[in-house]
Amino acid sequence: MLESPHSKPATLFKVVRREYRDSVSLMQLSSSLTKMAGVSQASAVMATENNLALLAEARFEISGSDAGAADLLIVVQGDAAALPAAIDTAVAHLTRQADVGSSAGRAAVLPRSIQSALADAPSANLVLVSTPGEYAGAEAMKALRQGLNVLLFSDNVPEEDEVRLKQFAKERGLIVMGPDCGTAIINGIPLCFANVVKRGAIGVIGASGTGLQQITVLVDNLGLGISQAIGTGGRDLHSNIGGITFSTALSDLTADVDTKVIVLISKPPAPEVAERILSEAARAGKPVVVNFLGADRANISRPGIYPAKTLEDAARTAVDLARGIAPRASYDLSLPMPSGLPKLALEQRYVRGLYSGGTFCYEAAMLLDERLADVYSNSPVRPDGAMKDVWHSHRHSLIDLGDDVFTRGRPHPMIDFRLRNERIVGEAEDPETAVILFDVVLGFGSHADPASELVPALRRAGEAAAQAGRSVIFVAFVCGTDRDPQGLARQTQALREAGVHLMQSNAQAVRLAASIVVGRAPARARPRDVRPVA
Amino acid sequence: MTYVLSHDEVHVSTLFEPGHAIINVGLSAFRDAIAQAGGSVVQVEWAPPAGGDRATGWDLARLTGHPAVERANAIAYANYLAAQPMLIDVDLARNHIPVLRDRVLLHAGPPISWEETCGPMQGAAIGAVLFEGWAASVAAARKLLDSGAIAFESTHDHATVGPMAGVVSPSMPVWVVENASAGNRAYCTFNEGLGKALRFGANSTEVIKRLQWMAAVLAPALKATLTKLGPLELKPMMAQALQMGDELHNRNAAASSLLLKKLVPAALRCKFDQTKMADAMTAIANNDHFFLNLSMAACKAMLDSAHNVPNSSMVTAMSRNGVRFGIRLSGTGARWFEAAAPIVHGLYFPTYGPEHAAPDMGDSSITETAGLGGFAMATAPAIVQFVGGTPDDAIANTREMTHITLGRNNAFTLPAMNFTGTPAGIDARKVLDTNILPIINTGIAHREAGVGQIGAGITRAPLECFAQAIVALASSVAQSEAPVPAESAA
Repeated sequence: MLESPHSKPATLFKVVRREYRDSVSLMQLSSSLTKMAGVSQASAVMATENNLALLAEARFEISGSDAGAADLLIVVQGDAAALPAAIDTAVAHLTRQADVGSSAGRAAVLPRSIQSALADAPSANLVLVSTPGEYAGAEAMKALRQGLNVLLFSDNVPEEDEVRLKQFAKERGLIVMGPDCGTAIINGIPLCFANVVKRGAIGVIGASGTGLQQITVLVDNLGLGISQAIGTGGRDLHSNIGGITFSTALSDLTADVDTKVIVLISKPPAPEVAERILSEAARAGKPVVVNFLGADRANISRPGIYPAKTLEDAARTAVDLARGIAPRASYDLSLPMPSGLPKLALEQRYVRGLYSGGTFCYEAAMLLDERLADVYSNSPVRPDGAMKDVWHSHRHSLIDLGDDVFTRGRPHPMIDFRLRNERIVGEAEDPETAVILFDVVLGFGSHADPASELVPALRRAGEAAAQAGRSVIFVAFVCGTDRDPQGLARQTQALREAGVHLMQSNAQAVRLAASIVVGRAPARARPRDVRPVA
Repeated sequence: MTYVLSHDEVHVSTLFEPGHAIINVGLSAFRDAIAQAGGSVVQVEWAPPAGGDRATGWDLARLTGHPAVERANAIAYANYLAAQPMLIDVDLARNHIPVLRDRVLLHAGPPISWEETCGPMQGAAIGAVLFEGWAASVAAARKLLDSGAIAFESTHDHATVGPMAGVVSPSMPVWVVENASAGNRAYCTFNEGLGKALRFGANSTEVIKRLQWMAAVLAPALKATLTKLGPLELKPMMAQALQMGDELHNRNAAASSLLLKKLVPAALRCKFDQTKMADAMTAIANNDHFFLNLSMAACKAMLDSAHNVPNSSMVTAMSRNGVRFGIRLSGTGARWFEAAAPIVHGLYFPTYGPEHAAPDMGDSSITETAGLGGFAMATAPAIVQFVGGTPDDAIANTREMTHITLGRNNAFTLPAMNFTGTPAGIDARKVLDTNILPIINTGIAHREAGVGQIGAGITRAPLECFAQAIVALASSVAQSEAPVPAESAA
């Protein structure tokens, strides 16, 4: 019913039982209610006899209210349609929780738990955990129990805890990236050790952090971008875990409209897990590039799945697929030998790889082992390739300096260059060293200026060799982009000036190193399939 | 992206949706990187939860966000909020507390044997024996207590609270407070004032005489006044006092005045000996802490209505017996979780220092348990210096407590916090998860019986109590979830 301007205004009241407020704050409430559209008069009072009398005097219609002195009475007059909203506003005002505005000069208490952080940022959907490993599992469980996804950077989380966390997450439609997940890029935000890359159509799922970094960087360098990069942790494809995170990530990327091509990278999984993941991948309805480092191509190949031998192959295959170009079976680019390589002495026969990225080291061992005999590593591709003494190189030696043996009590070699620099000089002093091969990883988490650490060591190494009348050849690659905090161009320029032969990828760097020494050192008797260490 | 859950629910993952914040627990470099890359990130100031005990940490993780615990806490907390403590009567303890029909004394805090008790509590118990006339001398009273002829029981097991020693004997008058929302009652003795008082272990003739006067004059005067006045709603009075600078534990000046304001007009209309009534009103007027014991009874009534909700992690009692500090959870019933009572950090009266202090003692921390006292410190600038620091510190303390409570009690608003409610309903899980310990404003008693109060200050509830409580709750929640064993074939 429409009311004429002269009709009596409507009245609505609400009694809030046993709610005390002082009269000043109630007067403020009354005044703000009066300013609302459609409200002509409003009053919020403690319903004492005095106040009720005042309301009656002001011609508020409150008959039927049984409010007593301990109750708070809100009464509004005006346009009938506007009154319920005014009452709601008043009630909301009484129940407000935030004490914003009173904090001038007084520091708020910072959140000390995931729960209190969630109160500060209710939109959060991901918790990044990098506490000591012994506490990390419980933190991850708290996140999951509050409906949050988890990136577990911490290592030393027991495998049974990993199983428990991942199964719990799966039941609730959540994901656990990790434990020991060093890299992820979610919605364009680099997490932990990750590079700044363009956003685009390629989604990556990887068990290894440096593997993810290599793929995302190469895709970026090739001109395309990354939709999401999801780390799973190194054990996800073990049979105990069963690839829960791989599987969740795969279905997430399958459903993600921005992802056109999916890349999977891992060391070879447990066979039954590989089979299940690959059959899920085959049903993704979009091309899936698979790089299970060292795995047999024939075991992977099936419709819609593109096996890739190296990380670089995987990146190039994905880029071609995303561009609608038929991918090649191999991207083993036969690059010309660089000019101006120094002459090596007769006994300089071996490659010495000093890696900060574990997956790079493993890939190097795989590629070098295809062409050369006597390849040893602390990350070997065959049992008889294990180094007996990781502190001393023997023949071709490829050392993952991120191994626990080296990181006990000191930061990771991507941050702390001391150990690697000592080793660079030590290898240069060894008369059998022909090539010193290494990686330089840029991006968030890594050293702010790796070249500034490496160049002096390379100079000392060169001098040490020169004093013995030799030259050593430095071969390296930089895993990074121009938008990384360290700047790709700045780093490459400084390293080139120090005499380093820089390649675009690990695979290319390893192949150059192999080409330099092949013919000087014994070749592998016949090419053979590499049997990965289980 | 969707997942089919076992209950045919479809869960939509939000991981790839833009605009969600990230919570960073651990290395702050990761927080910086996310912020630099344009992401929204909140850093947790993390320390190993549960003081670093891994197994307890896992129990805590299992209870975090646990639906059964969340449901139970919602019920317990709602019961606490709904409570309407009313002062309905003043009467002798024996008429309301059944156990006091026999030769029994109640004491503050978790149960303790007579042999274990500290000096002030022994002094108070001896005083109570003398007051009851069970013995004629201090030596005789001690002998009687040593003999075990007088049972010694925790106030909390009898819906009662008492400040400091908290000794309650059958002939002492008590406040009778009834929670109108649930019908439960709570009791507390009268406040004796400062100086030599039974609650500090004093038992001289002057102390016993005051107790006798309270039973013979003050209690009947108040009873008559209350009969005239009718039941008195305590929550609105407490809410008003909070706005007048009381935190209702160490400062009760406003509430005591408000009470007197209610009592006097009714008292003047009573048919009661005028001199005695005047003495009674004068005693109240002269005691700025008179309301404390009523505040405590009101808090106890509110919290008891939240007690015994299975699976709830809400703390329903924190108290100290002068030797041990104990807490109870709503979901673990009558069980206490105890640790050594801490020494109070505070300011001392001239000539006294920490070396004279008794460990923390009394049931008055029931006020903090109910969201008052230290939890409402922001509202009591008048005493912040007494209990540690500036008004800003007081606000910081109150704000810190919001991290360990289930919510805010909007019946108790704090002007200095922009009229938000006081943080209330301590969640033992949050205490353990944040390592933020409940703050308690408290008086300090001399370690020897009878000297009295020698200072005041603040203390914190020991972490150990909360760790034990969470382990126990985790075990009882797990049991409640365990499948019921199949009945054996008959």
